[in-house]
Amino acid sequence: MTRRFDLRRMGIALSAPVLAILVAVIVTSTILVVAGDPVGEVWGTILSVPRPRVIVAIINAAIVYYISAVAVAIGFRMNLFNIGVDGQYRIAAFAAAVVAGEGWLPGPLNILLGLVVAMLAGGLWAGIAGLLKVYRGVSEVISTIMLNAIATVLVAFLLRKAAPQTGSNIVSTQPIPEGSRVGGLPLIPGVSREVYGLVFLAVLIGVLYWFVLGKTRFGFDLRATGRSESAAVASGVKVKRMVLLSMILSGVVAGLVGMPLLFGQDYAYGTTFQPGLGFAGIAIALLGRNHPVGIVFAAFLWAFLDQQSNALQITAGVSDRLVLIIQGVIVLSVVIAYEVIRRLNVRIEQRRVAQALAEQAATVKEGAPA
Amino acid sequence: MRRGEPVVELHGITKRFPGVVANKDIELTVHRGTVHAIVGENGAGKSTLMKILYGVQQPDEGSIAVEGRVRQLKSPADAIEAGIGMVFQHFQLADNFTVLENVVLGAEGLHGIGDGARRKIKEISDAYGLDIEPDALVEHLGVGAQQRVEILKVLYRGARIIILDEPTAVLVPQEVDELFDNLRELKAEGLTVIFISHKLDEVLRVADAITVVRRGTTVAEVSPQDVSARDLAELMVGSELPSPSTEESTVTDVPLLTVEATSLENPLGGRPLLTDINLTIHSGEIVGIAGVEGNGQDELVEVIMGMREPTAGRILLGDVDTSTWQTREIREAGIGYIPADRHRHGLLLEAPLWENVILGHQTEPIYVTGPGGSLVNGSAARQETEAVVEQYDVRTPSINVTAGSLSGGNQQKLIIGREMRREPKVLVAAHPTRGVDVGAQAAIWDHIKQARRAGLGVLLISADLEELVGLSDTIHVILRGRLTGQFDPDSVTKEELGSAMTGATTEGAA
Repeated sequence: MTRRFDLRRMGIALSAPVLAILVAVIVTSTILVVAGDPVGEVWGTILSVPRPRVIVAIINAAIVYYISAVAVAIGFRMNLFNIGVDGQYRIAAFAAAVVAGEGWLPGPLNILLGLVVAMLAGGLWAGIAGLLKVYRGVSEVISTIMLNAIATVLVAFLLRKAAPQTGSNIVSTQPIPEGSRVGGLPLIPGVSREVYGLVFLAVLIGVLYWFVLGKTRFGFDLRATGRSESAAVASGVKVKRMVLLSMILSGVVAGLVGMPLLFGQDYAYGTTFQPGLGFAGIAIALLGRNHPVGIVFAAFLWAFLDQQSNALQITAGVSDRLVLIIQGVIVLSVVIAYEVIRRLNVRIEQRRVAQALAEQAATVKEGAPA
Repeated sequence: MRRGEPVVELHGITKRFPGVVANKDIELTVHRGTVHAIVGENGAGKSTLMKILYGVQQPDEGSIAVEGRVRQLKSPADAIEAGIGMVFQHFQLADNFTVLENVVLGAEGLHGIGDGARRKIKEISDAYGLDIEPDALVEHLGVGAQQRVEILKVLYRGARIIILDEPTAVLVPQEVDELFDNLRELKAEGLTVIFISHKLDEVLRVADAITVVRRGTTVAEVSPQDVSARDLAELMVGSELPSPSTEESTVTDVPLLTVEATSLENPLGGRPLLTDINLTIHSGEIVGIAGVEGNGQDELVEVIMGMREPTAGRILLGDVDTSTWQTREIREAGIGYIPADRHRHGLLLEAPLWENVILGHQTEPIYVTGPGGSLVNGSAARQETEAVVEQYDVRTPSINVTAGSLSGGNQQKLIIGREMRREPKVLVAAHPTRGVDVGAQAAIWDHIKQARRAGLGVLLISADLEELVGLSDTIHVILRGRLTGQFDPDSVTKEELGSAMTGATTEGAA
């Protein structure tokens, strides 16, 4: 009986993202038709089988998106909306690039140092928002948005100081020494591009996320607080401490978002370092329902759409920005669909339980509440 | 007395929720131009009844007739359309809006939002002596005036029948007098007022007719001239006396929990929430707290459970001062807790039963595993949950369903079971049998009595006098944050308790 329950629930849960994607296809197609653009060619391009080179690009993008989405999801599980992942990963990547670029430690130790610095920087930056919330009641939404803006200016300012004077237009930190770079994995044959070596970092983060939230006491307290703060307080959870801790934890993971890029591709933090990963993480966490495996699929879908749309301008004569519409509609519909499904689930389960009990006991005692 | 024709007639109203019947065969007739009071204990079914009349909930059986026409009230909009308006206990006003803006909000179509509306508001205010200035800012108004704005809002929407839910709960005595003057004006103008309360002296002062609700059904309709507050209290509680506690006293002289001169200031200012509370619970003793809701019971529990820190005094567990301890340490020390509001404080509604059984006992050795007890022991929790379900007769198809899908009574049994299975030294139980059917109620009482024989100390807070008298070894009455009297449950009468609870006997002292 329980198993049937779970299968049914899973079916319902899967129907939401599928529905959301369908809605996105319809809305996007409508926009294309209205604008007089070739609908068939657009979808033909996006849904074509990606070439090996693109597959590697999709995997690499998904790795980074995954870490970002997990960082956001940690907050979500606690009812905290950490919009600041974007600022946190940029501050962290910059700090790690500066420290690792100095090459104080040899080889792999230098990589480890870089990762630790990134985690510290991300955690500290997110901790500011946590402290503001706990001691001053400032909404983390507001403070992290502000901190994102501050992070942008701060990094730009510090980058000028840290960058070696080369006379070139590109401002960038000292490159990381050869010995401290993470080599790629030639997973896809026939292309020179390789999958980021730090893919293992993303997998590790995913496993830890699942383990800490699902299996530990800390995770139990965190989820309890997210589900009902008042019940968590009554059960002995120190909610202020939990808010601060989970905000910092979210920032620590956010700090790692830029690491596959830094150690596997760019080897320095400069003005061209990829922006916007934090905001993508919010959408992907929503789409993946904060589930460690769900986020994997969501990250791949996001990366797939991103990469496949690059060719739109050439093949269909449509701006590749179209993909933003598709992604936006997916997120909007998925948020609505999940809420509808959640309510549906609550009602269905109530009815099922009542039914099962009615079958168990032919006679139901009737009594008024005392 | 002179009575108008019936304007509200309810016949055979029955409303079931999964597992319980909230209203059963309700019969109610309200006449035009009267103030009709509905009295009953907390949880007797008054609020469900009013929600049905205001269209918030639909009855499973029975009929509603308004002004002679049978109506299907599917939503508050239907009720408003039928001429029924409701003033809730908690005001629904926007503080930073003027009276005018608040009144027209959502009713812009009636008289516009400008001078037309302003004229109409003045007209209503003058007609019923409400003394409301349309352009005053709501945040500058006192509580009494805000309530009159709520009444005016309802009148503005054309209500001829006004439901007031516990309107005096938020008022000081002078404001209560003013409100009653307003109500008399309203009925003189031919409007009808349905007045929900459990403050019997007030009901007797203002009502023209009184309907008593007990255990979900209407048990009597009386005229205030013919009854005393005692009669009403008896009707509310029921004539059947609790089964006298034939058991021998198990009270020992070992103090388990001592509350010493404890006070709690109101952080928002005003009267302290608790004043100089002194209380001792011995091993094997059940100490009952009687009081009208909102007189400091919740705060007393929160102070003992460490959810709030007292501003003065000490709380001792055995002889250890726990005043500065936090909830987790207090729970670990062996205090079980049955919260008054199980949905807000007792359960994670969207989590499975076995996770709910861990809740509040996250650090108990049985539920943890791994280094330093840092991991949740899911299989042990599931086993415990099976045991709770079995022993406490929680009706559920599985321990993997969410707590929210159980009926209220079964949710309560789950909470009782999870606390009692941990064998606490002291149990803080707020309304342990609220919303539970009669059979389960007796079972819960048995569990508590059994644990008491084994030395459990219980702080029992209940609105059910029968439960208090039947279970307690000592009863304290709490009134406005003070313990105003101590009674022996073997000799006290419900009338004595009732008048102590409403302050009738201690008016001067309190």
